[in-house]
Amino acid sequence: MTVAVKGLDVALDGRPVLRGVSLDAPAGSWTAIIGPNGAGKSTLLKAVLGLVPSAGAIRVAGEDIAALKARQRARLIAYAPQIPSLPVGMTVFDYTLLGRSPYIPHLGRESAADLAITAEVLERLDLVGLAARPLDHLSGGERQRVVLARALAQQTPVLLLDEPTAALDIGHQQQVLELVDRLRLSDGLTVVTTIHDLTLAGQYADTLVLLSEGRVAAAGTPSQVLTRPAVEEHFGARVHVSPGPDGRPVLSLERP
Amino acid sequence: MKVPVRPDPAAAAAGGQARLRPGLLAAALLVLAGTLLGSLLVGAADLPASGVVRALADRVPLVSLDSGLGPVGESIVWELRVPRVLMAAVVGGLLALAGAGYQGVFRNPLADPYLLGAAAGAGVGATLVIVLVPDGLGFVVPLAAFVGAIGGVLLAYALGSTAERGGGAATLVLAGVAVSSFLSAVQTFVQQLSSEDLQRIYSWILGGVGAADWRQLTLIAPYAAVSTAVLLAHGRLLDVLSVGDDEASALGLSARRVRLMVLVAASLATACAVAVSGLIGFVGIVVPHVVRRLAGGSYRVVLPLSLLGGAAFLAVADLVARTVVAPAELPLGVVTAFVGGPFFVAVLRASRRRVET
Repeated sequence: MTVAVKGLDVALDGRPVLRGVSLDAPAGSWTAIIGPNGAGKSTLLKAVLGLVPSAGAIRVAGEDIAALKARQRARLIAYAPQIPSLPVGMTVFDYTLLGRSPYIPHLGRESAADLAITAEVLERLDLVGLAARPLDHLSGGERQRVVLARALAQQTPVLLLDEPTAALDIGHQQQVLELVDRLRLSDGLTVVTTIHDLTLAGQYADTLVLLSEGRVAAAGTPSQVLTRPAVEEHFGARVHVSPGPDGRPVLSLERP
Repeated sequence: MKVPVRPDPAAAAAGGQARLRPGLLAAALLVLAGTLLGSLLVGAADLPASGVVRALADRVPLVSLDSGLGPVGESIVWELRVPRVLMAAVVGGLLALAGAGYQGVFRNPLADPYLLGAAAGAGVGATLVIVLVPDGLGFVVPLAAFVGAIGGVLLAYALGSTAERGGGAATLVLAGVAVSSFLSAVQTFVQQLSSEDLQRIYSWILGGVGAADWRQLTLIAPYAAVSTAVLLAHGRLLDVLSVGDDEASALGLSARRVRLMVLVAASLATACAVAVSGLIGFVGIVVPHVVRRLAGGSYRVVLPLSLLGGAAFLAVADLVARTVVAPAELPLGVVTAFVGGPFFVAVLRASRRRVET
């Protein structure tokens, strides 16, 4: 297992947010964490990153996360938050270069190799033309690609994406998720995303983990997890679930 | 709070990498050198410019020149003008650099070196000494201001860290506000008790480098050098920090550690400046802003150029302070605000169109 979470408890300000959460993501797989608002999806990602104190075992690529230094952890896991803060005036190139931070000596400067890797990532994500563009002059789709570029520049085996499609239209949602999938397949990345759109989650992920009130309510393949009763119970939504052209479930809302 | 920053034109040419270009650095050094020389040539005593230049050149090792100024003129140049101009440059550079550091740490372009209580702390220290200590011991005022400034920041940091695990930036600022107003109240109270010292207290608060001498310069030199070196070394890390604590941590950086290092260095720089010059406002905010407008927002550029720009700015301000109403002098803090305010507005207006496109 590249990402193995066992019996994870997280409490924020004394309020339990996650209780006994376990999750296994094999190398090269795509795991989507779904669940209603406030279920603890983002907190689960932050716990894996070591950003919130937690009890339980988290192992990434065989290493105990709690025992790693921040720099070592940053060479294993890259993270794109739901609302990334994009410093005003910083160029796309410099922002992507931030991904090399875990490899640059603390008070030192980046090497030629760091610059070359950054340039290569920009080329792969078709961002070369935007390299000198300040972040505040980008569209939503471009922004999401730039955040991905920074994560890729970290050259980690694991990619954690918090709602990568939240602010995008349907075309850009598809574009970004296809891009993530392409990178996952070519680089053998292990991808863990939180995602609101259940149909999208079912279309791209190998495994879905349904979180509800801080616990794992269901886990398995999309058709095992995305069932009418489960969606009704945990989201309070009435949906019609039908198999799509590739056999993966497609959800449509039913008017009451 | 976000202020738009013009993209660095040089960054576009270099494929988007914003770095301090040698040409820009050389230009800034030239401006500073010209400013310092200009400030040395003008003063209350009417010395010929060529004589001043000769007197300065005479001090260069292996050069021997007769300045023709006579012993009094020479000592005016060497014991009054040179230390004063150097002190103005050092104080201006430290305040601007510290301001840029605070702005990076708090990710807020409106942060200034006095944000965490350095000014109020120094005010209490200086006022207490002026009021309580006999007149002959006036030379301990800088020491008291230094200790007060450091004490104010430490108090704010301690309060901020206990209020929130890890001392979040917003909590620190609030602690700084609380400490500042508390110490200001103490300062005002002490000051009211002793109205005969009002003149001295006010003249300290308004700031100036008129009393600068070589002894003061050598006293603050080690602290100034260390804090400058530490701050300049943190440019790249402040750029990483600009994505926020969580993301910086995901990039392998301890936001808390960087913040603490930069705060300590910037506060030390501020305390040095305050100790020898009183409270000079405006430099710490305006200079980094002007630099950002002209050269881009990366702290690898903003920090060194703020140091040089602040030095040149305060040398000019002090020149104005001692010449406009000569033989009397204007308080330096008044001049920085009086000159800096309109200048800043002009820079904002001139770069507005480019920022909005």
